[in-house]
Amino acid sequence: MSGKTLYDKLWDAHVVKSREDGTALIYIDRHLIHEVTSPQAFEGLRLAGRKPWRVDSVVATPDHNVPSDASERAGGIDGIVDEVSRIQVKTLDENCEEFGIVEFGINDPGQGIVHVVGPETGATLPGMTVVCGDSHTSTHGALGALAHGIGTSEVEHVLATQCLIQKKMKNMLVRVDGVLGEGVTAKDVVLAIIGKIGTAGGNGCAIEFAGEVIEKMSMEGRMTVCNMAIEAGARAGMVAVDDITIDYVKGKPFAPKGAEWEKAEAAWRDLHSDADAKFDVVVELKGEEIQPQVSWGTSPEMVLPVDGAVPNPAEEQDPTKKSGIERALQYMGLRAGQKITEIPVDRVFVGSCTNARIEDLRAAAEVAKGRTKADSVKQVLIVPGSQSVKAQAESEGLHKVFVEAGFEWREPSCSMCLAMNSDKLGAGEHCASTSNRNFEGRQGFGGRTHLVSPAMAVAAAVTGHFTDVRKLGKA
Amino acid sequence: MKAFTVHKGLAAPMDRANVDTDLIIPKQFLKSIKRTGFGPNLFDELRYLDEGAPGQDCSTRPVNEEFPLNFPRYKGASVLLARENFGCGSSREHAPWALEDYGFRSVIAPSFADIFFNNCFKNGMLPIVLDEKIVDQLFEEMYANEGYELTIDLENQKVVKPNGDEIPFEVDSFRKHCLLNGLDDIGLTLQDADAIRAYEEKRRASAPWLFDAVK
Ligand code: SF4
Repeated sequence: MSGKTLYDKLWDAHVVKSREDGTALIYIDRHLIHEVTSPQAFEGLRLAGRKPWRVDSVVATPDHNVPSDASERAGGIDGIVDEVSRIQVKTLDENCEEFGIVEFGINDPGQGIVHVVGPETGATLPGMTVVCGDSHTSTHGALGALAHGIGTSEVEHVLATQCLIQKKMKNMLVRVDGVLGEGVTAKDVVLAIIGKIGTAGGNGCAIEFAGEVIEKMSMEGRMTVCNMAIEAGARAGMVAVDDITIDYVKGKPFAPKGAEWEKAEAAWRDLHSDADAKFDVVVELKGEEIQPQVSWGTSPEMVLPVDGAVPNPAEEQDPTKKSGIERALQYMGLRAGQKITEIPVDRVFVGSCTNARIEDLRAAAEVAKGRTKADSVKQVLIVPGSQSVKAQAESEGLHKVFVEAGFEWREPSCSMCLAMNSDKLGAGEHCASTSNRNFEGRQGFGGRTHLVSPAMAVAAAVTGHFTDVRKLGKA
Repeated sequence: MKAFTVHKGLAAPMDRANVDTDLIIPKQFLKSIKRTGFGPNLFDELRYLDEGAPGQDCSTRPVNEEFPLNFPRYKGASVLLARENFGCGSSREHAPWALEDYGFRSVIAPSFADIFFNNCFKNGMLPIVLDEKIVDQLFEEMYANEGYELTIDLENQKVVKPNGDEIPFEVDSFRKHCLLNGLDDIGLTLQDADAIRAYEEKRRASAPWLFDAVK
């Protein structure tokens, strides 16, 4: 018998009961909640007269609807101008209060984007099953956890039963070997992977990211990669536990301590695929070949190295792909053959659960230092992923670098990643964005999103168009 | 949940690959704390020419006459024909809620994104995966024949075309059972409450840190 993959191990450890039809009841250790996908689940519980099965497994924080603007934010929930947003955030508060759930409220020092908060507090630990009514829950897999997004009915199901009904996914291995060039980041790695396998490439699979590049990557970089597993179609992405994982988790507020830590660490050390484990699908990339990436179209697979040129639909044989390219060119207002570096940028967004951790802000500040926003760029938003990231950045003086460059330093929230608060693109505007989705209208009605790394976003902010950050020279 | 047994309905096209959930229901409508009322905003950015806002009366908005769902011939459609990787993107269950609220009971495509696929079953809606060539053919026949209706027979796992041709499809037995009977799967899972408790007890002993409360 061949060995087990990391996913096999995590799955096996959580099977409560297997059913004849191939599905299983899977136990959920950590349930993260935010305001958008939970109200209907709580309502369902109330209507059925049910109580949460294990309240202490649930952690909540509002992120999607909370304002990033400091003055609007200062008023707390009551200060949220948009009434519908206000009601949603308030409803989360009320539900947490009613059911006794721990919530990091709107201006609590623990608040932030749910996928930033989980790992940084130790609410997410290696070996856990983690779910959240949000597809980017795949982020938490970076810690060697089995983590994926669920719909609202499943949020209700997990609240009521602590379990999910699941069918085991296939095992997919994505290996990135070799070394990354200077100026190439985790974001470029994951965009290159999606460019290679496509947005449906991981459908039905749990992806394990491995190889030298991933082994050397920081925890935060691994989170960026796992975050976008869903953009490759995989509900779950994960990375094996190693010293980097253990060092990251150690000392986090909710991580085990003392003798319990010793025991936990010993258990976590086994969270890797066995040498003889078999994967259903294997994809390999070479680190040396990955360049800084920029998405040009309306799907994350429509991505190119920064020195590339927008594709020509006439050269595409597949009719569905051809019409997809034509539609994307039209929506994005681009010409076939146009150089990526010739695309002008109207706004820049550095933030989101993909790239709003402290390392991301440091990378952005490094490029911003001594430079200023190009006049043609209307706005550059820097939105930290959590209150604690914000505090850390301020203690390092990063916010000053941003403000001096003419950027705006904002409050932790999802912000312009999906534009549910008031941070939005105008119709036709191009945005260099460190978020994860470039779908039509995602950042605002008619808005045009280009996905990039934090360093590349700032390079665009200071030059007014996409620019290879490696060629920026000295400030 | 509404049961799904046999459904006969008009087919309508969503003729592009990788239709994401942002396109199915844009984010501004996710601010609702209800499960219903999303139908008028299904495919909002394609159906209307202006930017929609939650709570707005959609009957007075400028309509995109070029969007097929706005064609008179597709009025009242309840079976959506779609392309590969339908429903990719966010986990928002508002996407199936919007389709259902609009009147769709089934979506047929060569492939679906996992979370969306799963969410459909929780809402009495049947996503059907058919071979790409068969989907191509259904598109062609639908375009060629106004009033093209498909019958979806879940019990016998087949799609029946207007000419009587039958196309078999696969569906998980548990999901089929729940859908046929309109069963709430929370109730079913709670029948296994003892197994869940037994698992917890064992796990608490071997990995107590998983049960430490977050405060
Ligand atoms: S930052 Fe963006 S992708 Fe992440 S949880 Fe918020 S809205 Fe979703």
